[in-house]
Amino acid sequence: MTRLTRRAQRLWRLVWALIKGDPRADRVVPPTGFTAWLTLFTAGAMAFLAVFALALSLATGRLADRWASELAQSATIRISAPAEQMERQTEAALRILSQTPGVAEARALSPDEQRALLEPWFGADLPVDSLPIPQLIEVIEARRGFAAEGLRLRLRAEVPGAVFDDHTRWRRPLVRAAGRLRSLGWVSIALITLTTAAMITLAANAALAANAQVIGVLRLVGARDTYIARAFVRRFTIRALTGAVAGTLAGMAAIWALPSAEEASGFLTGLGFAGAGWLAPLPIPLLAGGVAFWATRGAAFRALKDVT
Amino acid sequence: MIELRGVGYSYSGDALLSDISLTLAPGSFHFLTGPSGAGKTTLLKLCYLELKSTSGQVTLFGRPAQEIGRDGIARIRRRIGVVHQDCRFLDHLPVLDNIALPLTVAGHPPEAHREELGELLAWVGLEARARALPPELSGGERQRAALARAIVMSPDVILADEPTGNLDWEMSLRLLTLLTELNRLGKSVLIATHDLNLIRQAKTQVAARVLRIRNRHLVAAGADL
Ligand SMILES: Nc1ncnc2c1ncn2[C@@H]1O[C@H](COP(=O)(O)OP(=O)(O)OP(=O)(O)O)[C@@H](O)[C@H]1O
Ligand SMILES: [Mg+2]
Repeated sequence: MTRLTRRAQRLWRLVWALIKGDPRADRVVPPTGFTAWLTLFTAGAMAFLAVFALALSLATGRLADRWASELAQSATIRISAPAEQMERQTEAALRILSQTPGVAEARALSPDEQRALLEPWFGADLPVDSLPIPQLIEVIEARRGFAAEGLRLRLRAEVPGAVFDDHTRWRRPLVRAAGRLRSLGWVSIALITLTTAAMITLAANAALAANAQVIGVLRLVGARDTYIARAFVRRFTIRALTGAVAGTLAGMAAIWALPSAEEASGFLTGLGFAGAGWLAPLPIPLLAGGVAFWATRGAAFRALKDVT
Repeated sequence: MIELRGVGYSYSGDALLSDISLTLAPGSFHFLTGPSGAGKTTLLKLCYLELKSTSGQVTLFGRPAQEIGRDGIARIRRRIGVVHQDCRFLDHLPVLDNIALPLTVAGHPPEAHREELGELLAWVGLEARARALPPELSGGERQRAALARAIVMSPDVILADEPTGNLDWEMSLRLLTLLTELNRLGKSVLIATHDLNLIRQAKTQVAARVLRIRNRHLVAAGADL
């Protein structure tokens, strides 16, 4: 416990020293123009992309969850039979359902409910009673689920007019795709992080090489490695943080500005953040800063190994 | 404080220096001479660990060189003031900041030493050039600035590599006087130079030992010095 607090204190001192900075220490290493812009731009662009990857991941995750839970919970049985057999077949179907383990509830829709379903297409005064409309039975699944194939076989044997639709047929691949898309989002974020680390390492190496003479002189007058490394680390961390804040804000603004449409219109409009989800991109700049910190630190200590 | 025992060094292939033994005790004053390319600068670099000896034992302030880590080297260099033959400044910083650099990197804010820095600058005659950048200095001005930087930390040992190469005789004598004064305060001084007149002049002021590198070895200089 005390070791943990000591570590936290050390980390905090490190971060604080980094934020507070030492203007004089910063001045002993001259800035290298193009590495500054490279870092700023890389961090900005990568943060922008990361926001989209994150949005994709969260949105597809939400979608997959919703679809999966709907698909797991409900199914429909449609009975098309001559009018005189309708009632008998409906009863038979309900009886079978009541005997099927895993069915929590099965209920034939009333004529009013059926009319309500058809109303948007055919208008309010549809004579449901006199038309040969199929009878719908709503099946609510218990948590542990039922054996859909067994139920289908029994229905086919005993209720010739029944068509069992468990939504699964068309939605299962969608759920799989959504799940896959979610993982791809996370993979993208990992790749973006690695690319950022690589680019910042390259920029830091360039800055270190351009300042090889300076580093040599600093060592000769008694500078410790951490002192020299910090001058570089601080600079790159702040640039990456700044770039990433700008990139993150730009990405969030772009997502916020996506034209919104009805929830029902599907997947694309789901690409966004919902409620507290808007907080999700906030760690991106911190991640970029952390990546810059460790990448530059590593590059600096590697470069210093060759200086006596 | 600095001790070399049977030290050898070769950059690549043939040995440049071999079996060098030298002790820089507190209050000692040494001259190091020898033809150009003999290895004077190399020997100095072995003393402040810019180079690691290829054989023999280097001991700094009682610690074997091979046991001193990188931070230890940094701390030891704060106790050894070096006037480099090529000066080694940060060209983007003004002269004053370069002179204060050892203080800065050791974590001492130069503002706290403004008075000493001013005196030091006046002593080497560079007050008017304090804000100039090193590339704007003349050769002699550079060497004076290098000397100021070497002594700003009040080091125990001062190693000067051709410190008077670009100085007129009057300035050379002033520099010599400063170094002998520091020597009287107990600092150990080693000057590598070709300037035999400077050595002769010094011998009238302090008990200096004169060493010469000849055929890779360190020998006492002849009676003419
Ligand atoms: N980094 C290096 N790599 C290879 N050879 C070197 C290196 N530095 C110096 N030398 C060689 O080692 C020899 C000794 O060099 P050093 O600078 O020690 O001589 P010096 O006695 O200081 O000469 P001078 O009086 O001209 O300053 C020279 O022949 C030089 O060419
Ligand atoms: Mg030399």
